[in-house]
Amino acid sequence: MALPTDSPLRPEKAYTTLNLGPTHPATHGIFQSVLKMDGEIVMDAEPTLGYIHRAFEKIAERRPYYQITTLTDRLNYCSSPINNIGWHLAVEKLISLEVPRRVQFLRVVIMEFARIADHLICNPIIAADAGALTGFMYMFQWREAIYDIFESVGGARLTTNLGRIGGFERDFSPETWRLIHKFLREFPAAFEEFHGMLARNRIFMDRTVGVGGIRAERALQYGFTGPNLRAAGVDYDVRVAQPYSGYDALAFDIPVGAQGDVYDRFMVRQEEVRQSLRLIHQAVAKVAAEPEGVFRADAPDWVLPPKEEVYSGMEALIYHFKVVMGETKIPVGEIYHPVEGGNGELGYYIVSDGGRTPYRLHMRRPCFIYYQAFPEIIRGSLLSDAVLTLSSLNVIAGEMDA
Amino acid sequence: MANELQNLQEQVAAALGARCLKWEGGELPAVHVPPAEVYSVVRDLYDDAGLAFRFLTSLCGIHFTADATGDGEQLGLIYFLHDLPRNRRMRVKTVFPVAAAEVESITPIFASANWMEREAYDFYGIKFKNHPNLIRIFNIETMTVFPLRKDFPLEDRTRHDKNDPMFGR
Amino acid sequence: MNASAPTPRQTQGGVTLVSEAPPGLSGEGFFATSLSAAIGLARAKSMWPMPYATSCCGIEFMATAAPHYDLARFAMERFAYSPRQADLLMVMGTISKKLGPVLRSVYEQMAEPRWVLSVGACASSGGIFDTYSVLQGIDRIIPVDVYVPGCPPRPEQIIDGLLRVHELAMSESLRRRDTAEYQARLGYYGIA
Repeated sequence: MALPTDSPLRPEKAYTTLNLGPTHPATHGIFQSVLKMDGEIVMDAEPTLGYIHRAFEKIAERRPYYQITTLTDRLNYCSSPINNIGWHLAVEKLISLEVPRRVQFLRVVIMEFARIADHLICNPIIAADAGALTGFMYMFQWREAIYDIFESVGGARLTTNLGRIGGFERDFSPETWRLIHKFLREFPAAFEEFHGMLARNRIFMDRTVGVGGIRAERALQYGFTGPNLRAAGVDYDVRVAQPYSGYDALAFDIPVGAQGDVYDRFMVRQEEVRQSLRLIHQAVAKVAAEPEGVFRADAPDWVLPPKEEVYSGMEALIYHFKVVMGETKIPVGEIYHPVEGGNGELGYYIVSDGGRTPYRLHMRRPCFIYYQAFPEIIRGSLLSDAVLTLSSLNVIAGEMDA
Repeated sequence: MANELQNLQEQVAAALGARCLKWEGGELPAVHVPPAEVYSVVRDLYDDAGLAFRFLTSLCGIHFTADATGDGEQLGLIYFLHDLPRNRRMRVKTVFPVAAAEVESITPIFASANWMEREAYDFYGIKFKNHPNLIRIFNIETMTVFPLRKDFPLEDRTRHDKNDPMFGR
Repeated sequence: MNASAPTPRQTQGGVTLVSEAPPGLSGEGFFATSLSAAIGLARAKSMWPMPYATSCCGIEFMATAAPHYDLARFAMERFAYSPRQADLLMVMGTISKKLGPVLRSVYEQMAEPRWVLSVGACASSGGIFDTYSVLQGIDRIIPVDVYVPGCPPRPEQIIDGLLRVHELAMSESLRRRDTAEYQARLGYYGIA
């Protein structure tokens, strides 16, 4: 429980310096915070970043557009497909490519599964840090079920590289649809069991209610977005504010919290999982209503032609060559495209000079921006609560360190 | 939509006066301002009740080579602002020569600008006046170069396996 | 003493069971083997790994440890989060040049015998991140026993890598760590 210690550090008092990280197991990633401790109370924290700085933005300046998808996977690797599809949407905006409705809803299905996968790693870890490892073990099984869906669509589990500019590489197979329907049928009961185990659990509530809270004004000052901002009571969601990929045709609620503490963040994410399931149901119905077999835009300049045509036809071979070599003409211009990532507004800002690579690519990485509030949030709280706060913020080191 | 953009342009022009050097329309409009006025522009966009851009979405640096500008090497900064209640977005852009890469920090207005400015400093060497803690954020502090400038090579220079005459690059 | 040579009956995990035991050691519950094989078996079947998970591969490691792939089958569910208690350092994910010294000091704190498993393309070679900030493979700073390729590797691959470390632990000589070759290897990395 947070203690009322807004008082600044007193120079005459001796504080213990504690180095939390970068290899501490409780930090779930490579974070370092040098803490000033008064007994067990955190008085100040100084985070250090850059332990897995990989220079995405620099690499992106040397890669043709379609190859950058692979980099976006490794930003927030808990929900890679959102990053992939967000990048495709950004490029499609730059080249003014309209994708068919069916593709849009297929994308919604994938993105919402990715959101569930993201929340299924964050919330069980909050529980694990509060002492309930069972929830983690239980829910990870369902992440495996989502991995199976991704695998049957794109061939990879975690860093999916899913989809292409203009749509998907191939249509969802009957096996994919079987897995999706199986998940929709079986997951909710298991999820409610997990929810029931924690939501009104006395121990869990004692550990999380009133811990690591941030008020809405401060959250906005610190650039919070996503579930963390919604937990503080601001109903900002990119899917509503700037609808993309057909979200404006789907009905869903935005859950908001009241105090912005660990418990609210947990509950907001729990509710978002339910809303994502609702969205998937609707999107699956929309896909069924569209003409069958459409899985990409009709844009030969961007979409690889089928292999058998490449081997037998001149035109397809030329297009294949153009796409693979990144020789398609790209308009000069600047665009910014935000999507609602697993933990906030994920934005791609592309500056194109007409070359085969972006002149400059800036990624708005939500974790990097809101993690700076961490020292302020944990000031005056116990060390064990600081660990809980860190996991409830869902900071992903890969995304934070660029 | 076009009307809204027109309104925004007029409002910004009225609020900024001569500080508005150029207006860039489009889906995400931008206003070009002189580097010395960045702080006051962001401040006015924040305070003006009709504009109220009170959310800093992001901030990034950019490097233009002499070839790209035709006017010598330049650095730039782009601020992404968002007016959440009215759901309007805009950018503030500024460019300056590499030798005079210093602007005033906007950390007094937005707490979130702290690390974003440190990132711009780390990547491009843009200095921010009145920044509370302007040190490198991702790279080690002893680094002397600014890695995202165009003249800095991307690849790791300790590798020799690519020097092969047949299979290397 | 029985004159006939002992006939190997069963080989399991490097331990050879013999039909004829030395006098005084025969009977139910006894078998004879070499000391190094017995110790190797003990080391391999109770290995304490230290997960050094930095990025994407760490999530796949979570999947490996989760019930579906179940690391407990290999008696490895007990993670040592302190390097001083760990036998196996599992490096999973990108190691940047800034993190390199930290990783090295973790390795130096581990007690012999110690093994290192490098999981994923980034840890093994830098992977797709051939950039100024990423260490191009952890074998530039610490010796590595087994590499697992993949970006990220599937849990099956990680388990395969672990089993290869087990094989190493079972088959290596007890004196390997005193050999000149091993000392030279550590000397190459400047590790005392």
